[in-house]
Amino acid sequence: MIEILTSAAFNTIQDLGRHGARRFGVSTSGAMDPVALAAGNALLGNDENAAGIEIQTFPFRLRFQADAAFALTGADHVSTLGGSTVRPWWCTRARAGDILVVGLPRRGARVYATFGGGIDVPCVLGSRSTHLRAGFGGIEGRTLQAGDVALIGSTKGNSDRRFDFGVAPPDVAIAGAPPVEDGVLRIRVMRAGEYDLFSQTMQARFWSTKWKISARSDRGGYRLSGNQLILDAPVEMRSHGVVAGVVQVPPAGEPIIQMSDANTAGGYPKMAAVIQADLWRLGQAAPGSIIAFSEVSYQDAVAAMVPVNDYLAKLRATANLYRAL
Amino acid sequence: MSIIQPSAPLVGAIEKSPKISLIGTLAMLIEAPGEFDLIQQGRIWALADVVSSWPIVQEAVIGVTNVMLVFEQPPADIDMLGASIVELWHRLPGRKADGKVIEIPVVYGGELGLDLAAVAKHTGLPARDVIRIHSEGEYTVCAIASSPGFGYLHGLDPRIHMPRKSVPSLNMQAGSVTIGGMQTGVAALTSPNGWNAIGWASVAMFDPQREQPSLMLPGDRVKFRIDRIEL
Repeated sequence: MIEILTSAAFNTIQDLGRHGARRFGVSTSGAMDPVALAAGNALLGNDENAAGIEIQTFPFRLRFQADAAFALTGADHVSTLGGSTVRPWWCTRARAGDILVVGLPRRGARVYATFGGGIDVPCVLGSRSTHLRAGFGGIEGRTLQAGDVALIGSTKGNSDRRFDFGVAPPDVAIAGAPPVEDGVLRIRVMRAGEYDLFSQTMQARFWSTKWKISARSDRGGYRLSGNQLILDAPVEMRSHGVVAGVVQVPPAGEPIIQMSDANTAGGYPKMAAVIQADLWRLGQAAPGSIIAFSEVSYQDAVAAMVPVNDYLAKLRATANLYRAL
Repeated sequence: MSIIQPSAPLVGAIEKSPKISLIGTLAMLIEAPGEFDLIQQGRIWALADVVSSWPIVQEAVIGVTNVMLVFEQPPADIDMLGASIVELWHRLPGRKADGKVIEIPVVYGGELGLDLAAVAKHTGLPARDVIRIHSEGEYTVCAIASSPGFGYLHGLDPRIHMPRKSVPSLNMQAGSVTIGGMQTGVAALTSPNGWNAIGWASVAMFDPQREQPSLMLPGDRVKFRIDRIEL
């Protein structure tokens, strides 16, 4: 069991999301950086979809009420366990009574704390992710608060195995991802349904602008500022399904990228969609970050997931090998 | 060989195909051609029924005369998939609104129907007439979207259309019976809401623990019954 000692707003229990219930109006929720959550679970030998804690406000403190293995992945940050430094992208064993303090990231926005056996909260519609708006999943469908106690699942026969090793984070280890140049994060997108309705001037503006992720951004969506994309002739769209990563353009012209907690439906013209291989990188971009879009084809977007999947597969194989030594 | 075949029968106007577009590699949006009507909506329901059984499709998310397919893995041949959907669209008969009939008892007006007076004023009708017209209508659930269990209902009498509010109510109760533009609905969550509340129903629109979490499903019909009027 773990007990939350300090948690500012917006820290929640998440797994890889609630899939298959959009048709009931239920948004997917799930980790904003699914690669980090899956990696933490792989380090611990968990199912990659096991639930962990997404920490996006700091400091965050918890106490282990029993011995447990845990990992910290996601944003580059400093944590301490019983006063000693714990490295990110590392799994460690905590003793009963140890206090874990997760500090502010130096780079990135979200830290994932995962635990051997995963956080054991009830599965709702196939997922343990917190759905804040509807108030279910996680702990009572809400953000974590001091005094919350969560059960950790069992790790059969793992108790005396090794849990003191780490891996290179994906932004270092994954080849082929566009680098951050001059503080601008390149995000690869595919054109979406209404791209062609925008004039060539507006299309060029979309690609050339260095967009700022505004302060009014959260797990629901990122609002971008820095320019306006205006249609020559406004279109009336009928309400339709959308997925995380879609870049919509409301009439005021500043694009919005829908993220994990996004509504299941949208009705604004769709300029583009962030490819799956870059969605986790966007999930680590804090408000104030600058991003720019690069276009890729469907085939390139599919191919871009290969190194991400390879990274997770190798990480799991290495961790399993190491733990068995 | 000539491509002109004077003996070929005249087939009249060729029906337009749906617009197919991708939202990344894991979602495809299929939009019916033409104006909104229940016939096109019924064809979308029928299409969604068939494609949601395809192994590649994780789910088919119905919208207003459109459906979004969500994939677990990117389809290998996306052009072929699009072509099969167009072919299916032209071949498949539409589905009627043949779902269940849901009767919803409504307390019209009162504390939770606090916008009833504004609707009456906007429409130029006495509040009792607004209630009568709303409760006499028969509505069709086009889609479930936007929040868990929220049904997009078609069939609101044009006499009681009412634009959404420019400033949303901050804490509209779940169960509020609302009018927004040319649509009516039942709020599924207590949350900020820009629609106009004309009454309230003590019906759980959504329960994640139920085997069928959403009370309304596309193709269902809804009737509002006057439970009580509080003016």
